[in-house]
Amino acid sequence: MRGARRGPLPGFGLALGFTLSYLGALVLLPFAALLLRALQLTPARFWELVSTPRTLAAFRLSFGAALTAAAVNLLCGLLVAWVLERYRFPGRRLLDALVDLPFALPTAVAGIALTALWDERGWLGALVAPLGIRVANTPLGVLVALVFIGLPFVVRTVQPVLRGLEPALEEAAASLGASRRQAFARVLLPELRPAALTGFVLAIARGLGEYGSVIFIAGNLPERTEIAPLLIMIRLEEYDLAGATAIAATFLAASLLLLFAVNLLSWRQRRRVGAA
Amino acid sequence: MIRSRPLPLLAATLVAALFAAPAAGQPLRLLNASYDPTRELYQELNATFAREWTAKTGQTIELQQSHGGSGKQARAVIDGLEADVVTLALAWDIDAIAATGLLPKSWQERLPHRSCPYTSTVVFLVRKGNPKGIRDWDDLARPGVAVITPNPKTSGGARWNVLAAWGWAVRRHGSEERARALLRGIFQNVPVLDTGARGATITFVERGIGDVLLAWENEAWLALRELGPDRLEIVLPSVSILAEPPVALVDRVADRRRTRAAAEAYLEFLYSPAAQEIAARHHYRPTSPEVMAKHATDFPSLELFTIDEQFGGWARAHERFFAAGGELDRAMARR
Amino acid sequence: MSERDRAPAAPRWRDPRAEPPAVRRALIVAAVAFLALFLLLPLLVVFVRALEKGTAAYLAAIAEPYARAAALLTLRTAALVVPANLLFGLAAAWAVTRFEFRGKNLLVTLVDAPFTVSPVVAGLLFVLLFGAQGLFGPWLLARGVKILFSWPAIALVTAFVTMPLVARQLIPLMQAQGSDEEQAALTLGASPWRMFFRVALPKVRWGLLYGVLLCNARAMGEFGAVSVVSGHIRGSTNTLPLHVEILYDEYQFQAAFAVATLLALLGLLTLAAQALLDWRLRRRGGA
Repeated sequence: MRGARRGPLPGFGLALGFTLSYLGALVLLPFAALLLRALQLTPARFWELVSTPRTLAAFRLSFGAALTAAAVNLLCGLLVAWVLERYRFPGRRLLDALVDLPFALPTAVAGIALTALWDERGWLGALVAPLGIRVANTPLGVLVALVFIGLPFVVRTVQPVLRGLEPALEEAAASLGASRRQAFARVLLPELRPAALTGFVLAIARGLGEYGSVIFIAGNLPERTEIAPLLIMIRLEEYDLAGATAIAATFLAASLLLLFAVNLLSWRQRRRVGAA
Repeated sequence: MIRSRPLPLLAATLVAALFAAPAAGQPLRLLNASYDPTRELYQELNATFAREWTAKTGQTIELQQSHGGSGKQARAVIDGLEADVVTLALAWDIDAIAATGLLPKSWQERLPHRSCPYTSTVVFLVRKGNPKGIRDWDDLARPGVAVITPNPKTSGGARWNVLAAWGWAVRRHGSEERARALLRGIFQNVPVLDTGARGATITFVERGIGDVLLAWENEAWLALRELGPDRLEIVLPSVSILAEPPVALVDRVADRRRTRAAAEAYLEFLYSPAAQEIAARHHYRPTSPEVMAKHATDFPSLELFTIDEQFGGWARAHERFFAAGGELDRAMARR
Repeated sequence: MSERDRAPAAPRWRDPRAEPPAVRRALIVAAVAFLALFLLLPLLVVFVRALEKGTAAYLAAIAEPYARAAALLTLRTAALVVPANLLFGLAAAWAVTRFEFRGKNLLVTLVDAPFTVSPVVAGLLFVLLFGAQGLFGPWLLARGVKILFSWPAIALVTAFVTMPLVARQLIPLMQAQGSDEEQAALTLGASPWRMFFRVALPKVRWGLLYGVLLCNARAMGEFGAVSVVSGHIRGSTNTLPLHVEILYDEYQFQAAFAVATLLALLGLLTLAAQALLDWRLRRRGGA
């Protein structure tokens, strides 16, 4: 129990008051507007709007690509975090700092850069084209963009845990005769799992909503490479506010659920750490 | 930790400088919300009009542009984008604005030629040498031909594409079944669907996707000039649609911003010989017969039908083709 | 945690925490290859394509009036949004970490909420609020207040999207630090504000700066949400990221990449500043 109870420190009213009004104006009010709009639709109409083949395909692609990209990032993120924390090699510092690039680089810039790289005449696109692999304008392009966008999450959640691990843990495992592989699977992985999972879910959440970097590279073909946020945009452009609202509301609910899962995870993680 | 803090002071000064508005009085400003392929056209038209207006009234005028898919632009104006004039790809989009009361429903009768100062048509842009031998509309539905068109749901130009294909089939075969099959065949051949005409052109030319791009005549010429006369060529189908992109004053906005006089003058200017000449140079078909005669060689004649004669106007065409569950949805559905 | 523990000087023979050199090398190569593919190459391609027509064309693209107007709008937006989110982050972190109250978990979830909302949905939310067909739009428009398609909406959506960034940095930091010093300052007779500015704020300043940097980078780079509410009026409501898209759509690829380098440089600058802060923080933490 670290934070003090109400009493010794001043400013509770002011801080909470400001926080709540800011949140209220900037977050709750817009959410309420969306809810109000969505409630104007009857359940049957709502279902009709979100269950068209095109919408379902967009949801499938968005969730599928976000999940796959997050899985790639889970594996590669663990690897990168491990290498950056445990090994010394030239350029390590630079790479470590660059991991945050997808946070800091505007998504539109990422979009045109990835497209320039992966389309059939790009540096990498031309390289894989003879193998019959096309990246730009296919679901693979969506995946590439989402891997880029979600790259920092797992790395950044795992790194501090890895840094904070007691050397004694691994030494004990080794002295008890465990091979390096066993020590990793039995001792290290359980320690890293909660953090990695948090990073994984965060990467999914970010990937689900991503728009800027994907639209340049995806080709945006309905039912094939059209992501859900783009479909919302298109519905808006067709003056189909009801359709946009229905898809957005569904999408928002899914994202909030995910976020809730993250917070639950980190809460359990904290409790575990606290209990240890 | 007590020391002097020049940092906050510096920051405050910087922010103040950032927001210091230019002291000069607000010049007269017009906002023209237009569709995608008119970017280059209005750049030149605006400069000419601004010069003429200043010469006539002594007032400086600043013309602002906003471009995007035609439907998207109409949506923005409906949602409150303060455009004094709209110059969109099709009448239906302006009708949608009129439905909210921003301008009278009879807007199209206010200017000559049903408010279309220039027209265009749909042509094919193909790779140099036309390797797939694309000559007419039915070639687009052949297996193995990849067709690039923007999304007709969001792009005005693409709606003209759909109607042109349908109209050709009905005229050629006299059968709606054949037209339906053609539309379906074409859309099964579409590998990428961009939201605007510009996105589609970039997909075709820059990303090198597809064998044929369905484009506005003016957009095709622009792409040819800007991106590769050595890589592309234009094919004219035997029959196409007369694409009529209209212009209109948004009364409520112009009255609120007190720009009506300038906005009306701007729209009338679009019909002037100077503006018609500029339009023709940008490969829009001028409505002025004199200018058209002068540029006759630039506009090869082909058989053109209008939306009114073939489909009975935009309201009916929209209902039949582009509304949810219409011909387009059926053609685009998988299998 | 001193770095020395793991320095290569450590005994080479059978360190229980080290992998065989071959494995180590393979892992390093794999990780570096992954980062090169997904981070370095995209960054490189922006600069290469921006300079493909030479520096003169590059400079011309950046100095062009519409680009300058877009840059100014982007700077202004950040100048409004970052301080607002800074205040919010401080207030939220103070409330959450220094007091116990009911609904705290819900509050923390709400603070995080904008982070998971798709930028497009964020834009839509504000259209639903302030559009001419929206909740408050008609009332506001009737009174001549314009929000959508002008800078207030751009600032609002940007604030929404970047809201959690400062708070997220501060909450764990302040939680970990505890509040003993603050209480000591009060016991010694400092006024609440004096305690806040002299004790509480200096304690978190590096974490705060970190959050502000990130918030700034995201505020200047936001694309999807701003694209929904901007109206795309050249020289008036175009931000730098939107300007990149417009240039791209006008076949001015080199110019698009040139303007994109400005944003990429901003990102790199942010990363450099963060690395510097990190280094400083760790040095202090170790001392």
